[in-house]
Amino acid sequence: MEIAPLGDSALIVRVRNQFEDAPEQTSNEVLRALRRIADARIPGVIELAPAYTTVAVFFDPLRVMNDAARADHVIASLTQKIREAFSRGGRRKQRDTSARLVEIPVCYEAEFALDLEHVSRQSQIDPIEVIDLHCAAQYRVSCIGFTPGFPFLSGLHKRLATRRRSIPRKEIPAGSVAIAGAQTGIYPMKSPGGWNIIGRTPLHLFDPRKDPPALLRPGDRVRFRAIKREEFDRAAN
Amino acid sequence: MKIDITRAGFLTSVQDLGRLGFRQFGVSVGGALDSHALRVANLLVGNDESAAGLEITLGGLRLRFVDDRIVAWCGGGFDVRLGSTSVAAGHAALVRAGQELMFNQPKVGCRCWLGISGEIDVPIVLGSRSTDLRTNFGGFDGRALRDGDTLPLGRNSERAKTLINTLGEEKIAHWKPPHDWSSPAQREPALRFIRGVDWNRFDDVAIQRFTNEEFSVTAEADRMGARLDGPELKRGDNVTGPAAASSMDLISEAVVPGTIQVPPGGKPIVLLGDCQTIGGYPKIAHVISVDLPIAAQLRVGDRVRFHEVSLTEAHQLLAERERDLAEFRVGIKLHVR
Repeated sequence: MEIAPLGDSALIVRVRNQFEDAPEQTSNEVLRALRRIADARIPGVIELAPAYTTVAVFFDPLRVMNDAARADHVIASLTQKIREAFSRGGRRKQRDTSARLVEIPVCYEAEFALDLEHVSRQSQIDPIEVIDLHCAAQYRVSCIGFTPGFPFLSGLHKRLATRRRSIPRKEIPAGSVAIAGAQTGIYPMKSPGGWNIIGRTPLHLFDPRKDPPALLRPGDRVRFRAIKREEFDRAAN
Repeated sequence: MKIDITRAGFLTSVQDLGRLGFRQFGVSVGGALDSHALRVANLLVGNDESAAGLEITLGGLRLRFVDDRIVAWCGGGFDVRLGSTSVAAGHAALVRAGQELMFNQPKVGCRCWLGISGEIDVPIVLGSRSTDLRTNFGGFDGRALRDGDTLPLGRNSERAKTLINTLGEEKIAHWKPPHDWSSPAQREPALRFIRGVDWNRFDDVAIQRFTNEEFSVTAEADRMGARLDGPELKRGDNVTGPAAASSMDLISEAVVPGTIQVPPGGKPIVLLGDCQTIGGYPKIAHVISVDLPIAAQLRVGDRVRFHEVSLTEAHQLLAERERDLAEFRVGIKLHVR
């Protein structure tokens, strides 16, 4: 496990160097690391954020210095406390890392599935089968980012892997479900983007009036369920 | 208990010290790009340091006051006028009901922060009054100000009331903070940095160029970051073929305001407060916290240089500035009794 400074107010804890070779195991290790660092309640740490292979630890250097560390000892002191959190955590009973399973209804009809034809051509799979493959798999949120609430989901069927669009769209509608490379994701709000859009969900993935503001969190398991246009309209009303 | 926006200017938004605790959900920290400037402006007007004020980009703003308020601003080299009187950076000024405060284009830098006594009383969303301009929430209706908007203000604090009495005659306070707090913009900006995690991925030529040569700020500069032009920074780990062509040749991980990342074209980007929470480009360096005020002033055409410092130095400088701020806080109170 590597711990490196990310500027003067954050650290990156790198749990593994690879992700694609073992997404499930990597996600579990990252979430376990996240929990151990959180449980340690290290003075001066403001917040934590996991991503693929890493946990970012954001801290207030002034508070760390107030907590007895000299200016030349801030990183060393935090690093030591993080490492201690790991050695302590080793004996503790492991909590379940499988987390929640969230079902996302998706309407894959032509009006919403702007790039379904393109994905179908590139993968040489019938559009109906593309939808079936997309709905058959169980995914995992490996990271939230790009825009607030945007989930990067691992677990896409290999045959559906599709390159990004060479020219990104200036505006993708909110709720668009898309694939790029080995990942699938959902655009929570209207934004530019280069992923291939194959459907749309009526769910709101980000709502700043709620706490937590995002529907999904790192580690969640996700399934897609195909819905008809009528159900989409009812849910979206 | 309000203030009228006669002219909103180029880009003006409500900002406080930013939104912490939601980066795991992809929410940017945002807030005043120079949070120190806003803290100082707030202290000068008798607010809590974390109060919401206005971030003003490139001027053009006109504010009409409907009651007596104390104001102070810090940031770029703006020409600020209260009627025919010039209000210099870092000086608290008394604005009477009916008067108009005007921000003209800056000669150097591009942003400034205005503290108004009583603070801008917009609702707190996800722990902050800052406007998230990228996602359109928080602040005033989740957007930049427009001509004709009316912003809610809170009550003047006891300290602000005392200031209103104290400044009743002279109108503008004679005391002020250190020059580099009130006016951090530089004509030839130099940013101190510490190495990023991907420093060693760059070849010797790239490192030489980064530390010795000049970069110019392109027109692609906003609250998310400033894209620079200059000598190409090549990576030394020879990623060629399909991996190099893909837009994610590194696994995405956290980035922070101040991160200097280098996309495949070799032209660095200095990230600012509204940057995404994660990124996949190599991180060559990070601007140190005490120099973020200078980075927040970068504007198109500026020529910028980078100087390496140690992490220890970065932390010492931050601790020193905080000690100076504590002294300033005490000093201010002596003027307002």
